[in-house]
Amino acid sequence: MYCLWCDQEIISSVNWGNLMLPPRSLTLCEECEGKLERITGSRCEKCSRKSAEQICSDCQWWSTQKREVLAKNHSIYVYNAFMKEIIAKWKYRGDYVLKKVFEEAFLEAFRKEFGKYKDTVLVPIPLSDARLAERGFNQAEALARQLPIQSKNLLTRTDSEKQSKKSRKQRIAGKNPFIMTETLNKPAILVDDIYTTGTTLRHAAELLRQNGCPKVSSYTLIRG
Amino acid sequence: MIVPQHRQKEMDLAKLFAGKLLLRHEIPLSEAHFSQALKQEIFRTVSPFSKKHFTLQCNRCGNTAKHLLPRYPCSRCGKAHRYCRKCIAMGRVSTCSMLYEWADQTPHWPIYVNPCSWKGTLTDAQQHAADRIATAIQAEEKELLSWAVCGAGKTEMLFPAITIALQQGKRICLATPRADVVRELKPRIQQAFEEVTVQALYGGSNDKTGSAQLILSTTHQLLRFKQAFHVMIIDEVDAFPYHADPSLSFATKRAVKPSGTTIYLTATPRKQQLKRLRKNNLPHIFVPRRFHGYPLPVPKTKQVINLKRQLKSKQLPKAFLKWLLTREKTQRQILIFVPTINLADHLQKPLTNFLLENNVIQTKQQASAVHASDAEREEKVKAYRNRELFVLVTTTILERGVTFPSVDVVILDAGHQVFDQAAIVQIAGRAGRSPDDPHGEVLLFHDGKTDAMVEAAASIRDMNRRGGFV
Repeated sequence: MYCLWCDQEIISSVNWGNLMLPPRSLTLCEECEGKLERITGSRCEKCSRKSAEQICSDCQWWSTQKREVLAKNHSIYVYNAFMKEIIAKWKYRGDYVLKKVFEEAFLEAFRKEFGKYKDTVLVPIPLSDARLAERGFNQAEALARQLPIQSKNLLTRTDSEKQSKKSRKQRIAGKNPFIMTETLNKPAILVDDIYTTGTTLRHAAELLRQNGCPKVSSYTLIRG
Repeated sequence: MIVPQHRQKEMDLAKLFAGKLLLRHEIPLSEAHFSQALKQEIFRTVSPFSKKHFTLQCNRCGNTAKHLLPRYPCSRCGKAHRYCRKCIAMGRVSTCSMLYEWADQTPHWPIYVNPCSWKGTLTDAQQHAADRIATAIQAEEKELLSWAVCGAGKTEMLFPAITIALQQGKRICLATPRADVVRELKPRIQQAFEEVTVQALYGGSNDKTGSAQLILSTTHQLLRFKQAFHVMIIDEVDAFPYHADPSLSFATKRAVKPSGTTIYLTATPRKQQLKRLRKNNLPHIFVPRRFHGYPLPVPKTKQVINLKRQLKSKQLPKAFLKWLLTREKTQRQILIFVPTINLADHLQKPLTNFLLENNVIQTKQQASAVHASDAEREEKVKAYRNRELFVLVTTTILERGVTFPSVDVVILDAGHQVFDQAAIVQIAGRAGRSPDDPHGEVLLFHDGKTDAMVEAAASIRDMNRRGGFV
């Protein structure tokens, strides 16, 4: 086994606890694993941001805006420097297998957080055609595919500008870039890699709600 | 050669594209024009992988490790393609996004009559080696190893060779494993060849076009070239990561034209090169003398019991402190090598305090530590060169390629595995670089001599003997 990040060979130590068990497959070496930072301790109930308050200031602001369309967001990791490097290589360079780094944690947290949600549909956030052609795969779809409930590509995207190149103000003021191709009358969970300002997810949620979806939550890998 | 006016533009394109492995987005043509260019065989596709028996090999970096050749599901055609993770930083290549190469006529490079604007003179030893390298290029010999001791002045030795190559209208690449060396060489080479276009390629360089006749490059950037150069000069062949990463030597070999000449430069040849030297199947030239004509300083070793434990608890060994206060020449700067980044950071404070107490330095700012992940790395090295810093604690990043005129060199924990024979010889070679102060002390503190230390001292003595010093 080799570390997916630094390509060092991973040698797992044998102890009484794992002697008789089949070897656990590891994706990162201990050192690299240690550089990933999970969101722990108190967090905002709505958006998963690390926060001492129950509802963080961002979410309080969102609740003053017209109608709140996103029930809640759950994220696993903090967007630290190491995570930025991984995401850059995974998404922008197109190193597909790096998704394995998060596979186990992503599934485990989903079971814990959304496990009792039956009859729910996953909706991955789409890429624009130009972006998709460039990268060859959609990272949100790759994430949704790892989860145990059905996933539907209900949205298409019309803009092609990268969100990550815009400022917070520009993002929030932007037009809704999505078009819905099919209606849905079941609760939905949006899947994406990063929740930054929450604008993209809210655009998607708004559209889903307008087209008959009773409740929309989101599940993202990282709270930026 | 004179090119008619109407073909001038085509020549420029050839210079820009020939000899490279290109990604689609590096070719500024619309889809329609591009497919026509493919039909007319102006460009040719390069298959991304080749099968050798049962192993798959990436055609860009030569990687064959299976775990670095996974698949991804392609949204364009619905199939799962293999891609190479090893060279993905240069852009992902798969069967759906191929590499392309120029298939039209080869470019003609200008012939210079007298390109060298360098006015210095070479010492006899340098001249001898320079002539040999120039002959190798003129006669289109396949390869030549130039083994010159640290401080022999090997960059200057290259000038006559580069001159000859330019006079023959050849394209030249001077490659080295380290980006800081490329950065340092660029102004020197440009100054020596004023009228020639020189480009420097390294990760993060502004100009990545690589269309010049004389190119300075990291060995890593050569992954983008194929049969581009008549002359390939590889500086510091034995340096990390070149000798440890097979894809770099793969790329370097591919970047040379089949009839081209490869010159290796080193002060510390590795075992495989020494083996070829002994077997007489690698022609070489040896420069045993430093340009100022004095011998290389031979390292002295000092054993310290419990050295590792002392360093771990941020304690400086007594023998080292005593040496600090009883140096031969107190005006020499002090360069201290340690094996790890952590240690460099940890030792800085106790060392500074000790030096302040004993008046070796006057202010706290005169001592510092530097390592690869230090954001102020370049500034610190510059400050040390300007003597604003008096004492510098460093990891092996400063082991080669840098020149400080007058320093004493110390290795703390010289028995650590990062200090192999080549590293110790290189580190010892930092001392006594200037004709004004051609000697310098080199001290290795250790808690048990290693083969590397013994071999390093033996090879330095051997080089001195071959240089005519007894």
